[in-house]
This record gives sequence, structure tokens and C-alpha cells, in this order.
Amino acid sequence: MSRLTSAAVIEAEEIIARYPRKKSALIPLLHLAQAQDGYVADDAMEHIAELLDITPVEVLGTCSFYEMFKREPVGKYLVNICTNISCQLMGGEELLHHAEKTLGIKSGGTTEDGMFTIEDVECIAACTEAPCMQVNYRYAGRLDEVRFDKIVSEIREGKLAIPAHGNLGDVKQHIPQERESGIKPPEQTEAPAWFVRRMSESESEVTINANK
Amino acid sequence: MPTNNYLPHLDGYVDNEGPKIVTSRFNDPNNYKISNYKASGGYQALESALDISPDAVAAEIKDAILLGRGGAGFPAGLKWGFLPDVYPRYLVVNGDESEPGTYKDRLLMEHDPHQLIEGCLITCYALGIETCFLYVRGEMALAQERLAQALNDAYAQGYIGKNIYGTDVGIDIVLHWGAGAYIVGEETALIESLEGNRGMPRLKPPFFPAVKGVYMKPTIVNNVETLSNVPWIVTNGADKYKEFGSEASPGSRMLAISGHVNRPGVYEVEQGEVTFRELFYGDNYCQGIRNDGDVKMFIPGGGSAPWFFEEQLDLPLEAKAVGAAGSMLGSGAIVVMDQTTDAVKACLRVVRFFARESCGKCTPCREGTSWEEKILQRILDGAGRPEDLDLLLDVGSQISPGDYPKAAWEAEGLEAVPFPPKQTTICPLGPSSVAPITSALRRFRPEFEAKIAAGRTTVGASS
Amino acid sequence: MTATESSAVKATTGVPFTLNGQELHAEEGELLIEACDKNGVHIPRFCYHKRMESVGMCRMCIVEVDTGRGPALQPSCMLTVTPEMKVETESEATKDAQDGVLELLLANHPLDCPVCDKGGECPLQDNAFAYGPGESRFVEEKRHFEKPIPISDLVKLDRERCILCDRCTRFASDVAGDSLIHFIDRGSSTQVNTFPDHPFASYYSGNTVQICPVGALTAAPYRFKARPWDLTGSPSTATVDSSGSRVLVQSSQDKVVRIQGVDSDAVNWGWLSDKERFIYEANVSEDRILQPMRRAVDGSLEPMRWNDALKQTSEALGKKAAAIGGARLTLEAQHVWQKVLADEFSVVSYDASLGDDVSADVVDSLPKATYDWAFNAGSVVVVVGQDLKEILPSIYLRLRGVVKDGSVELVEFNYKSGSLAKLARKSVQSRPGELAKDVKQAFTATPGERSSDLNCLVDTDKPLTVIFSRPNVAESADYLTEALQVIQSVRPDAHFLPAFRRGNTVGAQLAGLTPGVREVATEDEIIVEQVAVVGRPTAEILQEAANGEVETLLLLGADPISDFPDKALAEAALDAVNTVIAVDCFENPSVASANVILPVAMYGEVNGHFVNSEGRLSPLGARVTAPGLVRSDLEIAASLAKTAPQSNSDAQSSLETSHMLGSEPIAWDLLELSSEGARIKTPTKPIQRVKADVPTVADGLRLVIGNKLWDQGTIVENSRTLAGLCETFKVRINPADADRFGLTAGAEIVVKNAKATASVPFITDSSVAEGVLWAPANVRGFDPRSFVTFSESVCYVEVSAGEQK
Ligand SMILES: Cc1cc2nc3c(=O)[nH]c(=O)nc-3n(C[C@H](O)[C@H](O)[C@H](O)COP(=O)(O)O)c2cc1C
Ligand code: SF4
Ligand code: FES
Repeated sequence: MSRLTSAAVIEAEEIIARYPRKKSALIPLLHLAQAQDGYVADDAMEHIAELLDITPVEVLGTCSFYEMFKREPVGKYLVNICTNISCQLMGGEELLHHAEKTLGIKSGGTTEDGMFTIEDVECIAACTEAPCMQVNYRYAGRLDEVRFDKIVSEIREGKLAIPAHGNLGDVKQHIPQERESGIKPPEQTEAPAWFVRRMSESESEVTINANK
Repeated sequence: MPTNNYLPHLDGYVDNEGPKIVTSRFNDPNNYKISNYKASGGYQALESALDISPDAVAAEIKDAILLGRGGAGFPAGLKWGFLPDVYPRYLVVNGDESEPGTYKDRLLMEHDPHQLIEGCLITCYALGIETCFLYVRGEMALAQERLAQALNDAYAQGYIGKNIYGTDVGIDIVLHWGAGAYIVGEETALIESLEGNRGMPRLKPPFFPAVKGVYMKPTIVNNVETLSNVPWIVTNGADKYKEFGSEASPGSRMLAISGHVNRPGVYEVEQGEVTFRELFYGDNYCQGIRNDGDVKMFIPGGGSAPWFFEEQLDLPLEAKAVGAAGSMLGSGAIVVMDQTTDAVKACLRVVRFFARESCGKCTPCREGTSWEEKILQRILDGAGRPEDLDLLLDVGSQISPGDYPKAAWEAEGLEAVPFPPKQTTICPLGPSSVAPITSALRRFRPEFEAKIAAGRTTVGASS
Repeated sequence: MTATESSAVKATTGVPFTLNGQELHAEEGELLIEACDKNGVHIPRFCYHKRMESVGMCRMCIVEVDTGRGPALQPSCMLTVTPEMKVETESEATKDAQDGVLELLLANHPLDCPVCDKGGECPLQDNAFAYGPGESRFVEEKRHFEKPIPISDLVKLDRERCILCDRCTRFASDVAGDSLIHFIDRGSSTQVNTFPDHPFASYYSGNTVQICPVGALTAAPYRFKARPWDLTGSPSTATVDSSGSRVLVQSSQDKVVRIQGVDSDAVNWGWLSDKERFIYEANVSEDRILQPMRRAVDGSLEPMRWNDALKQTSEALGKKAAAIGGARLTLEAQHVWQKVLADEFSVVSYDASLGDDVSADVVDSLPKATYDWAFNAGSVVVVVGQDLKEILPSIYLRLRGVVKDGSVELVEFNYKSGSLAKLARKSVQSRPGELAKDVKQAFTATPGERSSDLNCLVDTDKPLTVIFSRPNVAESADYLTEALQVIQSVRPDAHFLPAFRRGNTVGAQLAGLTPGVREVATEDEIIVEQVAVVGRPTAEILQEAANGEVETLLLLGADPISDFPDKALAEAALDAVNTVIAVDCFENPSVASANVILPVAMYGEVNGHFVNSEGRLSPLGARVTAPGLVRSDLEIAASLAKTAPQSNSDAQSSLETSHMLGSEPIAWDLLELSSEGARIKTPTKPIQRVKADVPTVADGLRLVIGNKLWDQGTIVENSRTLAGLCETFKVRINPADADRFGLTAGAEIVVKNAKATASVPFITDSSVAEGVLWAPANVRGFDPRSFVTFSESVCYVEVSAGEQK
């Protein structure tokens, strides 16, 4: 729906500066757009293309490859239920069916109030805690129908402070300018001086040892 | 301060009182904070590394035979030696952990981010690398947050960036995060992704990362767990490291054991010292199969690995032994299935994973994996035909021609076909989809035939 | 084709390897698939394309290779031959793998070959026939996508047929630099598509259709026009510009229906611009003039008989006559026209160029480069003038390729940065009147003052080629001439390559159809005598005509009202003459004042030869018969010779010995033969040094009229699909100037000088030099030539804010 806000552009510029080549910032910037709107809008992709000096379809090519990027609005809470092998063994599919029934939507759908979207996802690296799920990428494991229902109602009642879809975390990396050692385009980068010096010193050390 | 424990705490780590190399600080819930990490001796390995020459550090790691923990088990020191004398060089940390059943890198990032950072810094120092990218799986919000905090603190306190520890050494670490695509765990796809592209693997050769990696510059890609071992080795020395584990596979491994065991969890286990049987049944480990059942099959090393059965229970947990038996320890993910498991359903689920995660670059993988999935789904839906079983094997052989590892079940007297098998594809993802099919179909063909004969869906794999 | 061609020259040195048991040699670094091709062993392939970097993704070319570690399946398009490599292209394992890939490719591919444009010439179909399994074992439902979607005005995409070989997308991003189509989504749902509302608007879109190995991409002008087995083709050359791109003109039922690029190493590498590819649509335009016409008293046109038309023409040429045009004719026609005009009618005022290009004298005075010479690794290319993408688009692709991969360094001097500015070592923005000064500054500055990016200009270890074109018709051509002479004096070793907008300009120069001092070759020495000045510049012709000193004006496919830099002068000239005879196929603003129109044959309807900007001679093939009562130029000229008052007709015999290559102006010993055909070695001879005057500093902006590929040229306007591609008029101004004059985006601006005033839309564009008003030539909406006075060396205009829209 919208281009990046000016605050987001400032953040985008800080991210871009962290990479030797601009295009490397593409995925982080798509996350930024998703944090802003809850999904990645076409306008945002065009804006990102401008910031990175690439074409909009190159942005889309990357964006559409990755599952986390939604190109249409989803619910405020994205409920990702794992049905991969470890979870399947422990009842992941049954959990998914229960969720579908409880929320009255099919996997991939969004509740009418725009609160929840359910997805049937692949392994989310919590296999020992199967069956498990993520709500906006925050984990819950060893689930059963009761625990699932409880989480849903706590979210509905505002008791669980999960940030809206798109916000992956409040802490962001920030490299203070005076601390950065020097991220430059690869073309302009040579062997680090410290490395060259220490390696040559070490060779002389070896010769001294050999002389002994 | 934001905490990310919005949901009930979730942590699969089990302290099994074994040797501790990478999980030594896991019992401190606040270890992710730089103050706690430093209080327990953190960043001292870095300081002592800076006191010796880079090549001496690299030699120590090489000497320790630190095997890669990302799946292929290639010795890190050896890989580092492949770097040509070309700069800049890059270090890329593979924290994309998405192999079905795998769950350890996330714990390492959430519990001990500084240990990983310290490992990265030492590695960069040893190899003359000034820029390191820490690629974290997109779905791991807490790991990202903890690493971001850790990096900010370490920058502020002078462990990263300009003049580390007051020396002339300068190294930057950039936190990068993905967005949901299993294939991006494959190292060349990871590099493409880091360059802002679709995560489609590059062909090796010519694109060996050590020679032509990020921005076509020499690049080392190592797994989170691999690099988390580095500070310990620098502090304690290669010799001490080799006191743990077996001769070919020293040290420990983090193993995630999931499925039908009584105490699933992530364990740090000394390599080669324990057998699968001990792991599944031992008191110190998983304490038996649920409902006092028996193992029907188990996946020894993540969704890509060919399955094992009860005959392999006494194999030691060690790469060589498992490889010789026709599978792999891979990413340290063991999935245990008891006798109630529906082999067809389990097989379909793993195949479906690869079909959904194929990047689409190679014809055999793009078309073949989804064809395999469709056939299996049809069989499960009761529309299977008798000829479908050979067709399945045949489609599989178009992705991965030749015999698939067979020694796993024809143990006696038969020579093992080493993993990975031949492939018509660029990367092993496509061929991996064939592992569950050959495993299940060879062993449980009657189950498939019964499904076809019944011509209807069997409900409920197990519960 | 390549296999048989080159199997004659089997290498005996190089990298030894074994192919199906045979010991052979490959070149260092050669790809296995190429080495196999050379040795007559064909490996099936889809994604591999000789002119693009391999991606190895279709897996069709997989073969069994043993490099010492046991046999493995490897894609031959990604593997370089290494010593002692053993390759089995016929083994069981190879066959199985290839059959498997083919079955999988066909699994989701629709079985609509009978209605597919590609049916009959489809590599997938061919491979399925040659290697494929009998019938499909795929019983599942096939993948579905919405049927053909337009991805641009010219190209449609059927995603169900696409086999995701990455050829079109690689072409778009890597070759054309127009990354407007891309893989979207993942795995088995991967598709090629554009971004919503950002169509694949590329000058090169048609190439993707040609290289698509299936029928997924189809060209709107060709769709359903013919079946491949109905097509017959003739090798020919594209004539829309002076690139000389090699093409195959294909027809069905006596209609040109398709033009395909031919992979010529020396010229266009198989690529074409869409203008070169789709221009044939004009041949069948409804507006084409199919019989001789005369203008009635009431101004309307009425048919007449050829005999009467020729007679009337002959009579008119017998009076005080002049001729303009002819740069688009075949070399033969140019030669005969020159002979007929000069020898039969004693007409000495003729000029094939329209005063908007570089003059023959200047071109003749410079040592020439070939494309290969210019683009050889390690050289430096200097572009002086217009963006090559707009005037020689297919050659631009070659330049882009070598600049992008870093093997050639590019420096450009222009008023509006070219499409390669970002990749260039340096893009120097100059201003009308200052080009020579700026070039001189760059070439002669002391090392201290010179930016290090410009050091390559004076590094004599690096061969230097100057690709030049008239940068601006609203300015004296002398600035360019002086700039070129400056370069020649600093770098006497430099080579030059003209970039003419009109196709056979070099041919016209060789045929003597342009004004200039001619020299003629004799048998033993190449350059001997100087012949008198022949021809007369268009500007002088028009001036004389406007002064009432010309009675008859012959237009040989020329439209001076649209092309000559001073529009008012051209109009006055056409107004003043008694008789205008137009040899043309369409009405255009100049033809509109013709008294007699002689309908002439078009591209694809005549045989002959073409000389490209390198001087390379190539054939023009007649593929179809000219419609109606249309005649070829050669015929018209020869018939006129017969009717000429003092007919002694040399031209007659010229026509009979229809190829003119034995006679002047092209002597055989001037031809340099190579595997890519003959090239004419144009001898160099000095011309007078030009010292262009320094422009007076006036207020306001200096007008630059530059070219766009898509304009209102007569042929483009009469091509159904191309006509819509011409943009509407907008001027461009550097943002700093916009600020300076208080111009706000979205509003129109008023442009004014002594000659004209107009309110026009504008955009700011930092690629335009400061102090310059850039206007496109000959596009819809406004004609910036209204501001130009030919005698003034720089055209100044004032701008001010116009009405807010
Ligand atoms: C399909 C596929 C997925 C992979 N996923 C991961 C992964 O998620 N994490 C990882 O560390 N390695 C993964 N790998 C292995 C990497 O390619 C690479 O070998 C590894 O990161 C190297 O690190 P190591 O030497 O420290 O093990 C994967 C490989 C393949 C073929
Ligand atoms: S095997 Fe599959 S995942 Fe791997 S590169 Fe090929 S298509 Fe992509
Ligand atoms: S032609 Fe080699 S993989 Fe496609």
C-alpha cells in the first residue's frame, strides 16, 4: 500500500551502509517494509528498488522466493503450525485441524476480524518440543488443544504482548560509526594491513625457531 | 528491556551431565548478556588468540579436527586452508537451521550469542577476514534479537569493530537475517541470498565458496555450532579437544532427538561414545520409547538422511560409522518413530517438505519432487495404482540415479553405497527427497501395497 | 551447422580429452558442450546459450564425465574441459539421465504443439522426438496458469509452456540490462513475470522470443501468422540503422512474417533491436502507396500510369534539378541513381544525407575501426555524441557486454549521459558549442589536472576507438569535427567508428551519392587521384531551392521536413520549387507536397548490398514480390535513364550487370575478405582542419535535439505494433536548471527564442548536462526544430514557468 516512511528510510540507509554491495540489503529492507505495513506492498517494493538501484521486478523476484514475505495483508497474528515429521509424529496435523476448527478458517486463511491467519509450515527448529507453533515467530511448544485455545484467548484478551505481524524484534543491530572498522565495496578492499604484518612477523618467528 | 518470552518458555535443552564444550554456559539463563558471558571467562579466548599469529590460530583449529556441524561434516581447518591468497575474504555464519528435526543452532544463538561471536572473531582473525556476515534464519526472532543485542554490546565494549582489544585488528560483524526458505541453508544459496538474490544454489565447481563466494570473493561458510566450538579449542588447545570423542570425530555434538521417545531434547553428546540404542533408551538420555514401544525406524541425521531401522541401533553416533552404514549424521537431528507410525504418511511428509522447498532451479528437482509428492498423496488418498510404486522409484532415480544406499537394511554382507548418492541436480536437496522413498518403500513395500489395495485413506498416522 | 562447419578444422593442440573413446583436443578454458559441438557431437540443451553465461539449470546437457575420480553426471554447459577428462555422451547413464530430464520437462508441459507458434521448430519438441520416452507416465493434473499474458506491447508470455530455462530473464538482465522480467515465486510454482504495471518495455524484447526454446514467449506481430514449415527465408541485413545486423527474413505466402537475428561473430551476435526485428510490418501497411500518383489541381492524389510518371519525372529532371535522400537504398541502387542523375541528367546537386548526420568528408578522413577491433579486451572506447542505445541499439549490446565485464574501458562525451554512464570509467557532460573544448581538455590536461578515470585516454598501450555520431542537430556539425580532430592529433593511433542513424549511409558515400571530394582507386595503388567535388550538401540545396534557384526536387525516400535540422528552411524549399518528385512508399510531411509519387519497393522486396558503419558489405535479400505496381529503385533509375534527354545509357548496362562490385566505386582490391564477409577498406585522407567558432554566451539554455529509437519515422509510423511505442514529447532539464528557473514538476514550461515559442511538458533529469534543454527529435507532440536556425552554430532558448496543470 505504501512506500517506506521517512523514519524507515533512515533505518534503511543505515542497513544499506552495512553491506559492501547495496543489493545485499534487499531482504532486510523487505522485512522493514513488512514491519511497517504487516505485508510487503507493491509500492514499498518500488521504493526499495529505488533505494537499492535495482528494478522493481528484481525486488519482487527475491521477495516472492521467501515464504515469510506476504504480498497481501494477513492477520495481525500469524499462527504457523508445524506439521513436519517430528511434529506430525506428535500430533501436528491434528493440532492444525483443531486450529482450523477453532478459528473457523482453513490453513492459509484469515479470520474475519483480521486477527489470525493460520499456516501449515515446515520445520521451525523446535522439534523436541513437538507439536509446536509460532505466533508471529514467537514459539509455543508441547501443545495440545487446551493449550492452543488458551493462547488464542490470551491473545484475544490482550494478555500476551506479541507484537503485530512483521515486527521481528525490538533490538536492532546498530554499528556506531566510530566503531565500524570499514565495510567497503569488495573492489576496494585489499588484504588487511594487520593480517599482512602479523603473518610476515610469524614467518620470521618460524625462521628464528629454525635457526635455534 | 524487551523480552521475547511472550509465549510459554520453550527450550529443548536437556542437561545430561555429559562433557560440555559448547553448552557449558547453558545453565545460566542470563548468559546471553555480555556481563554474564564475560564473568564466566568470555572473550578471553579472543584475547589470547590476538596474542599469537593468525596462522598459529588456524593451525590449532586444523589440529583439533573440528568437523563441520552443518551437515557435511567437513573439517573446518581443512576448509580454511582452501582460501586462495585473494582479498577481501568473507566469513559467513550459517545460522539458517531448517533441516527437519534439527534444533541446536537456535539454542546456541539464543543461549550463548557471545560464544558464537567470539568464535567468529577468532576465525576472522585467523584468516585475515575483516567482514563477517551472521546469517540467521528469518523465523528465529529471539535469536535475532539476542544476537543484535550481543553485537551492539560487543561493539560498544571494543570486542568488534575497530582496534579490537586495543590492537590494530579490525573486524566487523553484520547481522543478516533470512525470510523463510530451507534451501538457503545450502552454502551457495546462502551466499546468493546474502547478495539479495533468490536463494538458488550455484554449481560447485566452479563456485566453491572458498574460491568464489560472496561477491565472487573467497568466502568461508561455517555452521553456528562449528564456530561455537572455536573459543573452547583456542582456550583449551587441540589436544584437550581430541581427548573427547573418537579419533576421526573429536569433541562433542549437539543432537536433537525428537519423535516417539520419552524424553526428547537437545543433548550435547561426546562423538562416538554413545550408540543410538543408549541414546534412545539410556537414563541419561531419552529414557525409552513412549508407551514402552519399539523403534520402527529412525532418521539419524535430519530429513535428508536415509532411514535406519532396529538393525542399526548399536551403531556408534559417529560420522564414519553411520556413513558406512548408508546414511549420515548430518545436522545432528534424530527422529525416532515407533511401531505405530504409518510409513507411507511419514514418507509423504518428508517428501512433501522437499517438494515445497525446492528452489526450482533444476528440472529434476523442481518437477520430480512435486511428482513424487503427488504420487504419494494419491496413494494415501486411495487412488494409487500398483505401477505407482515402481514409478516412484523411477522418478527418484531421475533425480538421483543409480542405487540408493542399500546397506542400511541389507546390512549383512552387502557393501555400503556411500551418501550422498549420484545426482542429476545442482545441490543435494532434490536427491534428498529420494531418501525417504527408497527407505520406506524397500522396507515397508507391503504397507504401500495395502494402501493401494484398500483404495482408501487410512486416517491418523499415529497419536 | 556449427558442427559440420568446424569439424573440418579439428584441433591437434590444446587440452587433450577423450570423447566417446576418441582422443581430441579442446581449447584452453573451453566448455565441454562447445568442444563437443566442434567435434560434431551434439548434446541436447535448453538453458545453454552461446552468447550468455551458463547457468546449468535445465540439466538436459548432462553427460557422464570422469575426471579421474570415477564417472559422474555433469552438465556439459558448465564444465570446462580439463586434461585427460573422459566424456561419454552415448553411455547408458548419460542417456538415462537425459531421458529423465526430458520426461520431467514434459510432465507439466501442455500438449498444444499443433496450435503453438513454435511447433515445428521447437527444441523441446525435437528433443522429445529424438530422446524422449514414448508416452507420458504423468497422470496428475498439469500446472495451470492464466493463458498468454502480454508482458509488453510486443511480447506475450504463456507460462504453462515455459520450462524455466532462464534464457529470457538472463538476456534481459545480463545482455540488455533491462531487468524487467524475472523469476517469481519458488519451486514448482516458479514463473517468469514482470512487476505489476512495469511491462517488459525493452528495445530488445524480441530477442527473448527468438531464444525461448519453447513457445512460451511469442511476438505479437508474428503470433499465428504462419507455421514454421511454411516459412522460407533469405539471409539479409537489417537496414533501419547502420549496425548492419545480420538477419534472416522469413516469409509465408509471399508476405514477410518474421525477421530473426543471425549469429554473426563480427556483427550482432544474433541480437536485434525490436526496430530491426519488427519493421517489416510496414510492408503490408494499408497506407502503402501501390501505384504511381500525381497531385491534382485540388491537391488530392490520383493514380497515373508508370509511363506518364516516368516521362513527367524525366522532363522535370531535365530542368534545374536537385535530389535529396538515398541513404536507405541498396548500394546498387545508390550507384545507379548517382550515375543516372550525374551522367544522364547532369544533376550535380544531390545528397543522400539530410544535413543531420556526419559528413562524408569527415568520415573519410579518419582511420576506421571494426566492432571487433573496438570491443577487443584491453581497449578503450570513447563515445562522442549520442547514446548508442538510441541509434545503433544492437551494437550497443556488444559495447555493454564488454564494458560490464570490465574488459573494455568506456569514456563518453555527450550532452545527456548515455545508458552506460554508470558503467563508464567517466561520463563527461558537455554542452553545445563546448564539445571540442571539453574533449581537448580531457585529452590534453596534464596528468596532475586530469582525473585518474581519464588516464586511459592517453595510455597508448591501450588501443583506442572513438565511436562518434552527430550529438545534436540544433548545433553546427563543426564542433564534432573539431573534437574528432583533437583526438586524432593527441592519439594518432586512434581508430574511429561512425554511428550513422540511416542504414546505408556508408554505401551512399561510397557510391558518391553524398557530397565530397572523391578519390578513386586504380589497379595497383589504393588511393591515387582526386576527383572533383561532386554532390552538394542538403543545406545548400534547400537554401537554393528556397531562393527559387531550383525547379525540380527529387526525394529519394527522404523527408527533409521531418529530418532536416532547420524545419522552416525545408518547408520554404519544398514550397518554392516547381515540381517535387517523391520516390517513396508512404506519404509523409514532405511527400505531401509531391507532384508525382513513384511507389518504390521496400525492405525484403529487393536484392542488393548494404554497407554498415564499419564498411562491411553484406547482402540484402529479396524474399517477397513487391506489391501492386511498385518498382524497385534500380528499375526506376534505369527506366529514367532510358527516357533521359541525352541517354547514352551506361546505367542500362549497370542494371544488367546488376551487381556493381567490379566497377567503381568499390574496387575489388578495396575489399578485405574474412569469414564474416567482405569489408571495404576505406582509405583515409586528410580534410581541412576545422576550427569551430566559440559560441557567444547568451542567456538561457542551449538546445539539444537528440534521437530516440522510437520516433515518428515514416516506417515506424506505418508498422502497426511499433507505431504506439513512440513517446509523446517532453523536454528534459537538469534539476539544477529547473531550480534556477523556478520550474515546478508537473507544470508545462514556456520555451522561446527569436524563431518560435511553445509551451511544452518537461521532466527533470540529472543525466542532462546543466545549461542544456534536451528535446527528442521527431516524436509526437512538438517539433523542437522550430527553434533552429541553420546558420547559427548554437541554438539558445529561454525557458520560464508555464501554466500549472
Ligand atoms: C539443502 C541443504 C540445506 C542445508 N542447510 C543447512 C543449514 O540449515 N545450516 C547449516 O549450517 N548447513 C546447512 N547445509 C550445509 C551447508 O551447505 C554447508 O555445508 C555448511 O553450512 C558448512 O558449514 P560447516 O562446514 O561448519 O558444517 C545445508 C546443505 C544443503 C545441501
Ligand atoms: S536440487 Fe533442487 S533445491 Fe537444489 S539447486 Fe536444484 S532445484 Fe534447487
Ligand atoms: S543446457 Fe546445460 S544445464 Fe541446461
